[in-house]
Amino acid sequence: MNPILFYLFSILMLGFGIAVVANRSPVASAMSLVVSFFCLAALYVGLDAYFLASIQVVVYAGAVMVLFLFIIMLLDLKAEQRRKFNKLAIGGGALVALAFAAQLLGVLGGHPRGDKPFPELKLPIGESLNDLQHVGETLFSLHTLPFQIIGVLILVATIGVIVISKRELK
Amino acid sequence: MTLTLNHYLLVSGLLFSIGFAGVLLRRNIIIIFMCLELMLNAANLSLVAFSRFNVGADGLPNFNAQVLTFFIITVAAAEVAVGLAIIVALYRARQTTHVEDITTLKF
Repeated sequence: MNPILFYLFSILMLGFGIAVVANRSPVASAMSLVVSFFCLAALYVGLDAYFLASIQVVVYAGAVMVLFLFIIMLLDLKAEQRRKFNKLAIGGGALVALAFAAQLLGVLGGHPRGDKPFPELKLPIGESLNDLQHVGETLFSLHTLPFQIIGVLILVATIGVIVISKRELK
Repeated sequence: MTLTLNHYLLVSGLLFSIGFAGVLLRRNIIIIFMCLELMLNAANLSLVAFSRFNVGADGLPNFNAQVLTFFIITVAAAEVAVGLAIIVALYRARQTTHVEDITTLKF
């Protein structure tokens, strides 16, 4: 991936990620999250994961965010009022997150194995990477049991949502 | 100036810290939920970077990591559906999405 594109999309992604946390209005947060997910999909394209990039756009930026906006508008959430801040909680939270980021910088600074450029893909002449076929082959040859478990999980989630949404729980 | 694996891991870790900070700082349940999604996506980004970094003998990326990412996206979608249903049920019972107003389970 072109380093300029990488920096552009990473900075956009992190900036809109910060906007998700910093925005007072839930709708603005959700919109920032959509932009952040789109930039993440662009990073996936740069990593030659075209199938995951399209899934990211369709499932996350499409379905999940529509669900979020739907709930925000259903509950008619207004921008949060300024409440009196719990200074200890805010300071503690920021401190823990910053300590995590600093720790990460320290670990990655002493990580020479990851400090190498990405190896080139070896593809037949004149062909581009058909990653959807390879993901499908891996999924349906090596990971068939997890695939079926995921199917059951989605069924359970569907039934669970219906049960939770019933007005009267008996 | 070439890109290395550490660049991607750093971006992924920073995205995770942003999501983590959001979970700790924000008091609105829906925003906390969005920050959880941010953290899941940070994990996905590092998995895809590892997949592209570990090119096998056949010259292709390691697709096991991409399948794992696919599973994570599926589970996250199911999680969002259930979580939002719980938030709606909570809002119907308490008329609030503010975590400080919900103290029944507080020690």
